[in-house]
Amino acid sequence: MYLNQFLLLSAALFAIGVYGVLARRNGVLVLMSIELILNAVNINLVSFAAFRDSISGEVFALFVIAVAAAEVGVGLAMILLLYRNRRNIDLTEIDLMKG
Amino acid sequence: MMTELFIFAESASQSGLPLGITSGGAWLLRNAWLIPLIPALSFLGILFFGKRMPRKGAELGIAAVGIAFVLAVLTGLAWLDHRDNYHGEETHLAVVTVEHHGEISHDEHHDDSHDEHAASGHSESGHHAAHSSLAVSNTVTWFQTNGVDISVGVLVDGLSVMMLFVVTLVSLLVHIYSTDYVGGDRRYTHYFAFLSLFSASMLTLVISENTLQLLVAWELVGVCSFALIGHWWEEKPNSDAALKAFLTNRVGDMGLLVGVTILFFAVGSVLPDTFGSFSIAATNTVANNGLLSHTALLVAATCLMAAVMSKSGQFFLHTWLPDAMAGPTPVSALIHAATMVVAGVFMIARLYGVFFEGLSIGGSSINLMALVGGITTLVGASLAFVQRDIKKVLAYSTISQLGYMVLALGVGAWTAAVFHLFTHAFFKACLFLGSGSVAHAVHSFDMKSDMGGMRKAMPHTYRTFIIGSIALAGLPPLAGFWSKDEILAGTGGWGLFGGTGGNGSYTLMLVMGMITAALTAAYMTRCVYLTFFGEFRGHGDVHESGPRIVVPLWILAGLAIVAGLFNLPKGFQLVPDSFQERFGHYVEPVAGYFPTISHATPSWSLAIISTLVVIGGASAAWWYYFVKVEAASKASGKSLTELPNGPTTTYPLAKIIHNILDKKYYLDHLYTGIIAGGTKGPLARMAYRFNQQVIDGTVDRVGETAVKSGQFVYDKIDQLVVDGAVNTSGRLSSEAGGELRKIQSGKVQSYAAILFAAATVLAGILIVIV
Amino acid sequence: MENFINDWGLTVTTFLPMVGVAVMLLIPKAQEELHKKTALATSLLVAVMGILILTQFDFDATGQLQFAVDHIWIDVINSHYAMGLDGMSLPLVLLTMLVVPLCIIYSWNHFPEPQNPKAFLILILVLETGMIGTFMAQDLVLFFVFFEVVLLPMFFMIAVWGGDDRRYASLKFFLYTLFGSALMLVSFLALYFLSGSESFVLSDLIAAVSSNGVSRTAGLWIFAGMFLGFGIKVPMFPFHTWLPDAHTQAPTVGSVILAAVLLKLGTYGFIRIAIPVLPEAAVEWAPWIGLLAVIGIIYGALGCLAQTDMKRLIAFSSVAHMGFVMLGISTLTDFGINAAIMGMVAHGLITGMLFFIAGSVKERYHTLDINRLGGLLIQAPRMGWIFGLCVMASLGLPGLAGFWGEFPAILSAYNPGNGLPVTTFRVFMVISALGTVLAAGYLLWLLQRAAFGTPKDEFAEDPSITDVTKHEWISWAPFLALIVAIGIYPNLIFRVTDGAVDASLDDCLQVNASELTPEQEEALGCASIYNLHEDHEDHEDHEAGE
Repeated sequence: MYLNQFLLLSAALFAIGVYGVLARRNGVLVLMSIELILNAVNINLVSFAAFRDSISGEVFALFVIAVAAAEVGVGLAMILLLYRNRRNIDLTEIDLMKG
Repeated sequence: MMTELFIFAESASQSGLPLGITSGGAWLLRNAWLIPLIPALSFLGILFFGKRMPRKGAELGIAAVGIAFVLAVLTGLAWLDHRDNYHGEETHLAVVTVEHHGEISHDEHHDDSHDEHAASGHSESGHHAAHSSLAVSNTVTWFQTNGVDISVGVLVDGLSVMMLFVVTLVSLLVHIYSTDYVGGDRRYTHYFAFLSLFSASMLTLVISENTLQLLVAWELVGVCSFALIGHWWEEKPNSDAALKAFLTNRVGDMGLLVGVTILFFAVGSVLPDTFGSFSIAATNTVANNGLLSHTALLVAATCLMAAVMSKSGQFFLHTWLPDAMAGPTPVSALIHAATMVVAGVFMIARLYGVFFEGLSIGGSSINLMALVGGITTLVGASLAFVQRDIKKVLAYSTISQLGYMVLALGVGAWTAAVFHLFTHAFFKACLFLGSGSVAHAVHSFDMKSDMGGMRKAMPHTYRTFIIGSIALAGLPPLAGFWSKDEILAGTGGWGLFGGTGGNGSYTLMLVMGMITAALTAAYMTRCVYLTFFGEFRGHGDVHESGPRIVVPLWILAGLAIVAGLFNLPKGFQLVPDSFQERFGHYVEPVAGYFPTISHATPSWSLAIISTLVVIGGASAAWWYYFVKVEAASKASGKSLTELPNGPTTTYPLAKIIHNILDKKYYLDHLYTGIIAGGTKGPLARMAYRFNQQVIDGTVDRVGETAVKSGQFVYDKIDQLVVDGAVNTSGRLSSEAGGELRKIQSGKVQSYAAILFAAATVLAGILIVIV
Repeated sequence: MENFINDWGLTVTTFLPMVGVAVMLLIPKAQEELHKKTALATSLLVAVMGILILTQFDFDATGQLQFAVDHIWIDVINSHYAMGLDGMSLPLVLLTMLVVPLCIIYSWNHFPEPQNPKAFLILILVLETGMIGTFMAQDLVLFFVFFEVVLLPMFFMIAVWGGDDRRYASLKFFLYTLFGSALMLVSFLALYFLSGSESFVLSDLIAAVSSNGVSRTAGLWIFAGMFLGFGIKVPMFPFHTWLPDAHTQAPTVGSVILAAVLLKLGTYGFIRIAIPVLPEAAVEWAPWIGLLAVIGIIYGALGCLAQTDMKRLIAFSSVAHMGFVMLGISTLTDFGINAAIMGMVAHGLITGMLFFIAGSVKERYHTLDINRLGGLLIQAPRMGWIFGLCVMASLGLPGLAGFWGEFPAILSAYNPGNGLPVTTFRVFMVISALGTVLAAGYLLWLLQRAAFGTPKDEFAEDPSITDVTKHEWISWAPFLALIVAIGIYPNLIFRVTDGAVDASLDDCLQVNASELTPEQEEALGCASIYNLHEDHEDHEDHEAGE
């Protein structure tokens, strides 16, 4: 087993996640893409930890999972509210913060 | 070559100059400061509580002055004993003498020159080693500056005791008189408060131990005079008169300030280790002993004369005194006849050593003081002739009599002058209060239009006024005769006709005195005729004043009769020796601080001649008024005051003289119109215009120039260059902001795109660098 | 307690008003009552501190700096935080502490337009810090800072609460004073560098000047700079023209503080700094100072006679009165400088009081035009009498405070310090004596026109013209009591100042003017004055050693 393999997997996951965030218009999908990015990071952390005989990477990964869960919770709640107010969760039409 | 001999001496030892003062003596004499303290307290009491008292504060004032009077009498009795029976320690003054030697001598015996020169100076100056008649001096430190103790205290001798008596007595009578005279006045309480303050200040003045204290009291009596002259300040003439009095006195006070300063340093220069000294006794003593330069004394005496001229109404600063009659009459009697105006005379008497040496009174035949006094006495007497206002007659008469006193001091007749001060206080106060009594009845002071024939309605006033007039005119045996005669004898001018002795032969002064005597008798005759004889020319029902006015009148009239007997001339054959010259014996100091003066011998011939002169003056006026005017009145059927075709209408010269007198020698025009008006008007305006246009103009111009250059800098440099740069940078940043604004689309994904792009770029950079 | 006062007394006293300011900044503007109370409490606390200091003050050693503190402040320029109190500064510090609370009480219910008690009172408290600090500072940089601190609040006070022409007046005041201060600062710096002093502390500078010396020309120029700085503040003729405008336009309380304390900063500078540091230059300048002083006396008096505005008249009278103070100083004698300090205190009390009265008259009559006034004694008798008393005090009536500033100054001019032209000063003396006549003239004329007579028709029935109110009584009574008390017993001031003046000036001047050998000069030189205490101790040590 080589570390490269894990890193390539993680890079592929990250790229898919980035594509999803930038290209998808559905808010839920964007959230899911963000999950992808985070999990790519988790893979990186765990693999580095395994190859370096250190537990800290795994611990970090656990934190990231927890934070991700919270993030999704908040994100879904926002999207739910958006849908309630607008009957629509197309992110391209939401520009309340336009300067 | 000058050699300095330093002589230091313990003040109590026998070396140094004997001052003629002692720190011992009876308790009352040492604590004479209680006498002014009581009216001072009453001033405060009346000021703060007077309005709440049943008699509006008058009772407090009367009580205070009454106690002060009793104390003054007791002090006087203590002095009578002290004068002859006190043999205590005399205070000596350590001095540095500067002696002038003809040859060069290197003097090196600083220490043992002690006894030799201890009492150097004029050894013949005539103070006896262990005589009695030591003045009582008691001082405490007032304040300290530059290490000099400035003390405050009392110097009690015959002169101050006499003044204490006069001031408290007249003040007491005036207080009582005032309760009737100004009764019901809206500022009744204030009036009594100021009377108390005046009494306190005047009493402080007469017991002053040093010139500074004298100066303080001097100004305080001045301000009381100001307040009381302007008592009815609602009318402008009254406040004008008050201002005039105060300002004229200020002019003289300038002289006092300078004179006191000169003496302070002059005395300091002869005392070892001392910067200066205000002490009156020390000043007189060093002056008497010739330790001060004659120039310093002359300048100091001249400056002090200016103060005397203003305070005691001497020509040419007398013009305030007649105007001061705007005040209530009792005030005129107290302040402007009996006490305050004699402060100048008192000061000369107090600092007689300075004046005697400075003006070289002994042995000359004319000096500044005698001349001023002589001119004043003539000017006052002549002006008294043309007055319609009874108080102004008395005011000019006061000026004339004050001139008499100054003249007497000028010719060295110290005792005569002080005695005249004493007698004058009584008869002049009597006359003033009498005139007030008349005016109270007729509500006017104008003799010509509102008086006449008052003798029937006001018998008491009439009699006392006649007594006062005779005393003033100087007919024997009333008070004025004795004092006036002594002055005439004291001029020494009679020496031409057979020897009376004195300090020189002041013949001119004798002549002036004689003329004044005649004039005085004449104008008083006129005044008496216009007021009490003829027919009543006023309106209303006139009756005698109440007891609070009449009783003081009679007391003063009684004193005007007998006061002269206190100083019967030495060698007066009709009385035993022990009755002769009692006043002189007790009042005239025989001490280190008093100069050695010669005393004139009284002369029968002079007394007779002067009496004849007085009778002559009175007769002339009597003939004119009581005979001619009376006859003309009868002929015309109405009460006349002048002959219809009198001398002023027939003789041009008489008319001119009358005119000059009427205009008061044009002095008022000079002072009010030219000097005061000039200062207030053109001069002040000029100074102010200078201030506004030149100085302030310069400042403003500098300011304007600064503003203009500022404008230039602002317009050309600030706005164009500096501000331009600022504006440009502002505009640039604003434009940049406009561009950048577009980035903020509000779309999450565009932000994310930028984020990732940036991350990519950063990653690239990281790779390239690392 | 004693230790606290000794170490912290002066600092606390000086900065206590700033604490009050800090508190007041936290209080909302609308709570006016609270502001007034805070300000009053602060100023009263300062006064209490003053009393504590007074109880600890050693009156037998007025010549020494007491409660002295000396810490390094700005290291780079060797400036120290040096404070101290001696007999020269004590009366003026106490005067300041007295004036400020009374001013606050006076303005309690009638703040000038546009009201805003918060800002007004804060300015007064800042002023107090500046004034007290100036009188206590012993370091020239510190002195300068305090001297300038005073300037701004006064500027705002005139510019915001002043009369119609306030902008002009305030700017004139500000620029004039700033101009003087700038020259003064240059002088201080020149003095520091030319004398090679260790620090800006006054005693160091004096020591440095007397041991290293500065050249005669430099000394003259430096003195001239200080002369301008202080002289403008005094104000001396011909730098006085800011004064009438500032006084006329300033609100009552501003005028009072200006007259009572601010003018004294200038004269105090002369006796505290200029003369002790540069005695030789002082001797050369003294006749000119005397000349300007005497011109000021006469000129101020003439200016007064031309006025029709009561406040402006009082302002001009300040020029004349400060002329007497400067005359006293210019004699360079103990006597004269004692008189000058007395004159400062007396002028502060009397002229301050006159401005109070002018303010109250203005409030009642809405005008200060003398020709329209009249009959004050009828409409407000108590105020009229107080006015009369103050006028009498101002014209130098003995028995009231003014006399003791005036007469000793005249007296001292007869015998000026060593090295001064005697005849010239005697001429000054006579002219200044003439000034007393003119003073009586304009003041009594003012009294006659404003207080005597009957009220003019336009005011005769005016119900708003009332007699002295409660607040006025409280704020005036201490002034009046002091005017009388000092007048009767001048030792209250002389006792305090005499030792200090003697120590700081007399030796210094006599030595440099008399013909002593250089060794003697060194032995007695000015440096010794501030080190008297140490010398004394040294001496004792020697004795103990023997």
